[in-house]
Amino acid sequence: MSSFGRYVIFLGSLLVRRESFKTYYKLVLEECIQIGVNSIFLFMLVSTFIGAVTTVQTAFNMVNPLIPRFVISQVVREMTVLELAPTVMALIYAGKIGSSMAGGIGTMRITEQIDALEVMGINSSSYLVLPKIIASMLMYPLLVIFSGVCSLVGGYVVGTAIHLVTPTEFVAGLRFGFNPTEISVALIKGVVFAFLISSISSFKGYFTKGGALEVGIATTEAVTASVIAILLMDYFLVNILLS
Amino acid sequence: MIKIKNISKSFGEKKVLQGINAEFEKGKTNLIIGSSGTGKSVLLKCIVGLITPDEGRVYYDLRNFTEADKDMRSEIRREIGMLFQGGALFDSKNVQENIMFPLDVLTKMTADEKLDRVNDCLKRVGLENINKKRVSEISGGMKKRVGIARAIVNNPNYLFCDEPNSGLDPQTSILIDELIHEITHELDITTIVVTHDMNSVMGIGEKIIFLYQGHKLWEGHHEEITHSGVPELDDFVFANKVMSKMRNSL
Repeated sequence: MSSFGRYVIFLGSLLVRRESFKTYYKLVLEECIQIGVNSIFLFMLVSTFIGAVTTVQTAFNMVNPLIPRFVISQVVREMTVLELAPTVMALIYAGKIGSSMAGGIGTMRITEQIDALEVMGINSSSYLVLPKIIASMLMYPLLVIFSGVCSLVGGYVVGTAIHLVTPTEFVAGLRFGFNPTEISVALIKGVVFAFLISSISSFKGYFTKGGALEVGIATTEAVTASVIAILLMDYFLVNILLS
Repeated sequence: MIKIKNISKSFGEKKVLQGINAEFEKGKTNLIIGSSGTGKSVLLKCIVGLITPDEGRVYYDLRNFTEADKDMRSEIRREIGMLFQGGALFDSKNVQENIMFPLDVLTKMTADEKLDRVNDCLKRVGLENINKKRVSEISGGMKKRVGIARAIVNNPNYLFCDEPNSGLDPQTSILIDELIHEITHELDITTIVVTHDMNSVMGIGEKIIFLYQGHKLWEGHHEEITHSGVPELDDFVFANKVMSKMRNSL
């Protein structure tokens, strides 16, 4: 509970004694490139393969000839939009970006770079962490969309290439019974998960004490805490948004 | 001038600083000396506000820093330059960006003005044409000099140096000491240096405070340090074989 209290106080500290808008604008852009653009390849790779594998496995389980083949892509779509793109990719995002944030900020702490900011009269938590959170909340939903598209393309390519489903059936399945609200749910999840991952990871890194070993421990704790937060929040959000 | 009154600090059961009083004068190189673990760095961090003392107050030219509100503290801190033990340069930035950083964040200077100022500071610390080098590409001594350049770029009124010559060879150490000393006089600022290096003490110590187990045991000038009459200080000063021989020959 004391950790949670410190986390809340830490979040509060991000909003006081801020620097100029211009300073944050530059930092947010840099973070967007670091967080977003540099994650595209990994997201594309993982999403495409998961989409392809999901298609093959769904087809494998469709043994009843009375079930139309377009159901395969319908299942892939539902899994992708509701769970794969926002949630599963969030776990990967926590591993890649969360660990990088915790490690980077933790290293700054133990090498006195954060102290140097404080001595200059800069609110170090706000200067270092706020741009990361804003950039995450901007970029992760875009990555969710990108990931969803890659997953469906992966499913389409593999499904049609090995004749599990025809192109027409796959597209029909994607369109059949589509509820646009699911996209909103995925994007809301994306924004919330991005906030949790970036803030928890930064918090863990910011309060690192000691040396290189402790930075490693903080990084591991950041990923673990982020993953737990994502899974709990996923459950609550699904209950709230889809009930 | 910086004045500290009755500064005490404990970490758990361990009392690191106990009732330290001192005045650090403007235009002088003030040294805080003592063996490892005597609380020198903690005292420095209490003075700059990185650690909050359990008791006591710090005054920057009569402004009460310890009890100041956040805005006031921020204002005072913008008059501070600090050289950290490891340099504390930002890895993500090159040399020029590191030195320019305080100007970027704290001033409204134009890009050309900032670049001129950065080049002036680099020239002052004896480094030129390394603007675009990454921090990882420069030596330990150069990092210290870049750290000094960053500390003075915003024309501070107070300069703090935490072990400025740790990890450096004797020649580079002397260069760094002399640089700090010259800058102090040129800019007429209050400089506080934490060190346990006797070369620094004898070379630049205009006012010296000796800490022993969290207490201030002695203060004075470097010319007085060899005959202070304080056994703990004598042990510290003459721990070095050369100094010990010098004492025996006196």
